[in-house]
Amino acid sequence: MIVFEKPKSLTDAELHYCPGCTHGIIHRLVAEAIDTLGIEGRTIGIAPVGCAVMAYNYFACDMVEAAHGRAPAVATGIKRSLPENIVFTYQGDGDLASIGMAETVHAATRNENITVIFVNNAIYGMTGGQMAPTSLPGQITQTSPYGRDVKTAGYPVKVAELLSALDGPEFIARVAVNNVKNVKNAKKIIQKAFENQIEGKGFSLVEVISACPTNWGMTPQNALKWIDEKMIPYYPLGIFKDKSEGKEAGER
Amino acid sequence: MAKVTFDTDRCKGCGLCVSACPKGILELAKDVINKKGHNPARMTDQEKCIACAFCATMCPDCVITVER
Repeated sequence: MIVFEKPKSLTDAELHYCPGCTHGIIHRLVAEAIDTLGIEGRTIGIAPVGCAVMAYNYFACDMVEAAHGRAPAVATGIKRSLPENIVFTYQGDGDLASIGMAETVHAATRNENITVIFVNNAIYGMTGGQMAPTSLPGQITQTSPYGRDVKTAGYPVKVAELLSALDGPEFIARVAVNNVKNVKNAKKIIQKAFENQIEGKGFSLVEVISACPTNWGMTPQNALKWIDEKMIPYYPLGIFKDKSEGKEAGER
Repeated sequence: MAKVTFDTDRCKGCGLCVSACPKGILELAKDVINKKGHNPARMTDQEKCIACAFCATMCPDCVITVER
């Protein structure tokens, strides 16, 4: 009996991500959700710009590459013209929380019936480790060598809290993938985000706290510990909004 | 009996499976270099494996298949 194998919704292509990068885990969780729900034949993914720019090589469903930050706008167009299909976007923090913030907020407030997977690793990975809108106060990056100074660079954007304050979106949650327990929970939440779309409930966003060992300058093991010690205290995990369960902003 | 197989050439030697294993029976093979140029993970004592699949759950590259 097979206990665990590669999901069918991932292709055989080898991932280009750095050793220990948790993008691979998140790709797998999305693919497992697609497999479990049996929607492989009618799913369309939108790839971002960032480390996950080549996600279209890895998901075994139809994929579209969007201009930087515009994935929710592209997803809106596809979902409205092909309402029977399941549309998801897979975006990093540079894509979703920086250049694509307008598209994100407006897709959420319109309650577009799409699923958004938001990977937050508190740094710009692909371009070489610059400060992101989600970098923590005091975090050392290529463009903040003395640590992020909140006086000049401002405070990190808490996307889940920000969007859950809107009346529009159906489901907003934050999960992490730094240990087995959190990965199993993330799997459930990501699956729920897809189920919401199948049931026509509306905009579902899952923020996934992810590791970037290369640009954080840590071993993969220490990067997972850093998530526990630094990131989760700043970005608390949980379901921030679940309209059909009667859970509104401010409750957790 | 539990059986864990590694698609060795996909492995990037990050070691996340090694630290996730509750039985401590995985290691990075320092005497082996795979196609990618990494020291891949391997099983040291198949008899002790309980097929919990924690290793495969934490593997970012879908290297590991677990059977029971």
